[in-house]
Amino acid sequence: MSLSVDETSCLDPSTQETGLLHLAQGGELPKALTGIRGLDEITGGGLPKGRPTLVCGGPGSGKTLLALTFLVNGALRFDEPGVLMTFEENEEEIIGDVASLGFDLPQLIEAQKLAVDYVRIERSEIEETGEYDLEGLFVRLDHAIRTVGARRVVLDTIESLFAGLKNDAILRSELRRLFRWLKDRRVTTVITGERGDGALTRQGLEEYVSDAVILLDHRVHDQVSTRRLRVVKYRGSHHGTNEYPFLIDTKGISVLPVSSLALQHPAPLERVSSGVPRLDEMLSGLGYYRGSTILVSGTAGTGKTSLAAHFLDAACRRGERCLCFLFEESPQQLLRNMRSIGIDLEPWVAAGLLQFHAARPSRYGLETHLVTMHQVVADFGPTVTVIDPVTNLMTVGTFADVQAMLTRLIDHLKTANITAMLTSLMPGQTEIERTETTISSLMDTWIVLANDQIGERHRRGLYVLKSRGMAHSNELCEFSMTNRGLNLHERASAPPGTGARDDSSQEGTHHAGV
Amino acid sequence: MQVYNTGLNTPSVAAGPLYSLRLYVAGQTPKSVLAFTNLKQICEQHLQGRYAIEVIDLVKTPQLAHGDQIFAVPTLVRRLPEPIKKIIGDLSNTERVLVGLDLRVHQ
Repeated sequence: MSLSVDETSCLDPSTQETGLLHLAQGGELPKALTGIRGLDEITGGGLPKGRPTLVCGGPGSGKTLLALTFLVNGALRFDEPGVLMTFEENEEEIIGDVASLGFDLPQLIEAQKLAVDYVRIERSEIEETGEYDLEGLFVRLDHAIRTVGARRVVLDTIESLFAGLKNDAILRSELRRLFRWLKDRRVTTVITGERGDGALTRQGLEEYVSDAVILLDHRVHDQVSTRRLRVVKYRGSHHGTNEYPFLIDTKGISVLPVSSLALQHPAPLERVSSGVPRLDEMLSGLGYYRGSTILVSGTAGTGKTSLAAHFLDAACRRGERCLCFLFEESPQQLLRNMRSIGIDLEPWVAAGLLQFHAARPSRYGLETHLVTMHQVVADFGPTVTVIDPVTNLMTVGTFADVQAMLTRLIDHLKTANITAMLTSLMPGQTEIERTETTISSLMDTWIVLANDQIGERHRRGLYVLKSRGMAHSNELCEFSMTNRGLNLHERASAPPGTGARDDSSQEGTHHAGV
Repeated sequence: MQVYNTGLNTPSVAAGPLYSLRLYVAGQTPKSVLAFTNLKQICEQHLQGRYAIEVIDLVKTPQLAHGDQIFAVPTLVRRLPEPIKKIIGDLSNTERVLVGLDLRVHQ
């Protein structure tokens, strides 16, 4: 199966479900979609239908949330009512916990799409004498399943039984019977379990649930927390085996399946204007390829953001949706600065075509940045994305981490046919290509901006270092910042950087000082 | 729900509080039959004339399991005197049942 194709479907909410349904039907075992972005891709269509899946992890790793999302999505989107049997929190607590994610449990309960049964086990109230079984639990579960016609069941966390009851032997044989019983009822079940020392779960639940096991992890590295998910086991099905970062935010849970992608990006022939006619000319007269990735690098103040603004402006003029991630400036600063060189992006923001996302790189870990960016991209559905400057992310992690993250991000954007422009801040003139070598191989087009100084004069130059799949100009083109944006000069007789004195081309231009 | 011979109509033999007991079972299984037999015997011996036993079959009335938080069967619930006490199992260990019902102090 081709995961990369299905990835694209994430971007457009209208095609998402059909895309996933297609996945769910794609051979192998029948599966039940979780509706969790990313998880359905990793598992090739969701959890094993009609069978139990164990979701384990430490405290606060997101087990309950994952299980509840599975349940709520089932009821709301896949016409599969569900039963939640909770052992730790009562109905009110559960309802309160997920209300902030927009899950209206009372309404689902009212509509008979969800039944919640809180099983309270108070050790101090209970005396044990002689033989017993857990038929009471079965009866309750059965009653709840019948009440709503449930196709999905969540048991959260059944291990609480071990804390409440003394007779382990009875418990274990009853759990075995319970999972068998759930299978016979053909309900898709999620069982949560607390992570144990040296074992997946404290009580060895993995022993009973042999169909699928998902492990959640919550790590803090360099004071930055990252959540990860791994499919430890999935009997009878292919699945991604890596650790995937996931995110819990106001919209719930989303997993990032990027590193499972093969190199299968589409390679469209369509071209898009850079927004600077002269630059389009240099790019064999037509501009960038749609869906390609463009790196704009240069030292401070060379006009990287301005070039990006031209690109955004041109895309918005074509009616395309543009997303711009800012890691240095606030949107207001950028809008003001660009207005000063005659590029007014404000109307596009007002029209809803252009959206900014500004964040301090140090605010999250790399993975979280990556997941957040994915989510924003998926929510907004842009055809053009700008990251300004991508180099600021380098401060968050190691070189290898950043490279891995960018590979995944670019991979994702390419697969989704999103034209991406990344700006890169070079520390100094002599450093050209060094900091970028890590990501340059991922880039289709690389534009370098350079400054030089001759006496009292300050000159700006631009050249296309590479542009895959097109005959591009090798010219180093001088340009100036005017109140109508970047103005590339027709022919620079002695381009900057060569050290030659030629001031003729500078005449009549206006420096906006951006 | 079935209410069994309570012995309440006969004059009380021993003074003390009234015991309101519920026995939750799931069908007529050997365990549930044994639990009822054991319970009846213990009550007759220690609570004569001041107990009532309700037997609730959860197979017939599953919705009643939630109220008393029943998950294991058989479960004996002492509703009165308060506080509520639960004893799970077939009640075969008389000593433990007596301790569980607060009829004998734990040794």
